[in-house]
Amino acid sequence: MSATTNPLLEAKGITKYFGTITALENVNLKVHAGECLGVVGDNGAGKSTLMKVLSGLYKPSAGSLFFQGKEEILESPRDSQNLGLEMVYQDLALAGNLPIGENIFLGREPTKNLGFLKLLDFNKIKELTNAHLDKLKINVKSADQKVEELSGGQRQAVAIARSTAFNAKVVIMDEPTAALAIKEVGKVLDLINSLKKTGVGVIVISHRMDDIFTVCDRVMALFQGTNFAEANLSSTSRDEVIGWIMGKK
Amino acid sequence: MEDKDKKIVSLHLKLMPYLEKYGILLLLVIMILVMHILQPDVFLSWRNVTNVFKQISWQSMLALGVFMVIVTAGIDLSVGSIMMLSLMILAVVAKAGAPWYIVVITPLIAGFLCGLFNGLGITLLRMPHPFIMTLGTLYIFRGTGNLISGGTPISGFTDEVRYLGHGRIDLQWLGLEKSQYLPVSLVLIAVVYIIFWIFLNHSKTGKWIYAIGGNPNAARASGINVNKILVIVYSLCGFLSGIGALILAGRTDSGYPNAGLQSELDAIAACIIGGASFFGGRGTVLGVFAGVMIMGILRNGLNLMDVSSFWQQVLIGSIIVLAVYVDVLRRDLGTRK
Repeated sequence: MSATTNPLLEAKGITKYFGTITALENVNLKVHAGECLGVVGDNGAGKSTLMKVLSGLYKPSAGSLFFQGKEEILESPRDSQNLGLEMVYQDLALAGNLPIGENIFLGREPTKNLGFLKLLDFNKIKELTNAHLDKLKINVKSADQKVEELSGGQRQAVAIARSTAFNAKVVIMDEPTAALAIKEVGKVLDLINSLKKTGVGVIVISHRMDDIFTVCDRVMALFQGTNFAEANLSSTSRDEVIGWIMGKK
Repeated sequence: MEDKDKKIVSLHLKLMPYLEKYGILLLLVIMILVMHILQPDVFLSWRNVTNVFKQISWQSMLALGVFMVIVTAGIDLSVGSIMMLSLMILAVVAKAGAPWYIVVITPLIAGFLCGLFNGLGITLLRMPHPFIMTLGTLYIFRGTGNLISGGTPISGFTDEVRYLGHGRIDLQWLGLEKSQYLPVSLVLIAVVYIIFWIFLNHSKTGKWIYAIGGNPNAARASGINVNKILVIVYSLCGFLSGIGALILAGRTDSGYPNAGLQSELDAIAACIIGGASFFGGRGTVLGVFAGVMIMGILRNGLNLMDVSSFWQQVLIGSIIVLAVYVDVLRRDLGTRK
């Protein structure tokens, strides 16, 4: 985490236009291994757009991304996943009609060969899912349960499990606690802390100061699509960060 | 009292998954039993049963295609017209004297290309809903079919061309009578449905089709090329309509301008009766088969009893509404915790 080591992920001068609207202008961001970066900002400050650029869902109009020191161009979410960059979306991006296991492996399903046919290996999906959920200490009735039958907290846990099932190096979470009951928030924050211990770099976008001050090491604020302020958690305070969100230093 | 309620609810929850999966088969079995009681001599006779399968053979292909589209939360209104256009192309090619293996393959290619046209239109032209694109091609394909045939029927195909729709598999070696044959179209239905069941349930692409119907954003975020999958789905739907055309050519020995008129609505009805959700992501191949069978048996049974075809329309319409209402009730029960 020291400043001398190379950041795991670094974005330089990211600019994004939607038609005539400037969503992001010359934004910089970096995150190190085992570090949690909090990104705060008012609605429309550009947080979600920035995360979608990082995950390859949007292509930046200008600027570049560096992953472990090397410049990368992301054409699709598949490219960022291949680098070990995973995203947990605010709308969770889970298919409610599919079971937990199939959601975790969606798009990357293990297969077995039957003659010339490549068929889905449901046993392996179940086995890997159970092992992974155990590792993260996530409790669900069964990996076969459909996601639409789960509570909000369980869904969030599945979304996080999904993001870390393939040796992720950086996990980006968009409002991970926004829709959760109070007792579920703690579980998700514990999950983030245990991810950090395994050397994963985490970026958390959140409105909730409690979240930021529980799990993050550093916090940066966006204001109207630009970098506004940044500080280590130890050298700032809630009131200061709330001020940043409103555009006051 | 409360305890009793809880018991009933938990019993419901235990039964629900099975009812969801096999409830439609239960309805099918009940229908068969009722028809058998009403027409004990005729309904379950070899001749009538094979007749039902022959009658539903081409509809079952359209329904399967439309089902896949409905799983992606889309709709294909053009399947009847695709079948008609493929049939007309087949007829023109056959009349031109092409060898049978060319004639047999033309409707399949024509159907596939029509479906590809739909898929590319929906994705590349970014139509706001597949309804609009396929409503357009419903007219385009039928018009094209009439243009190439001059709007008149073209009849008379060779036995090889008619084999899938009209062929018989002799079972006399099993000690059965000559009249107790197996229609080739019945075997074809079984083979096609099994292949598509494996495709939809056991292949990556099939799983992604369900995922797109469940949440297209999730599919996209998982790195799935949603547009590519949609083009594949509409192309396969067209291809199945092409198979339908080949079967119909065999059954009627003719390409005619009214072929497949309104059959897109029958196909959609079969999917809905079979439990497919219009919102996408829900439904099974077995359910579609049951839906097609229920419509086929209803029409057949009512014909046997000399009920007018107007009553058939009223009944089929009522079954659609009833089937969906049962689904609504089931979902109410499923969400009550």
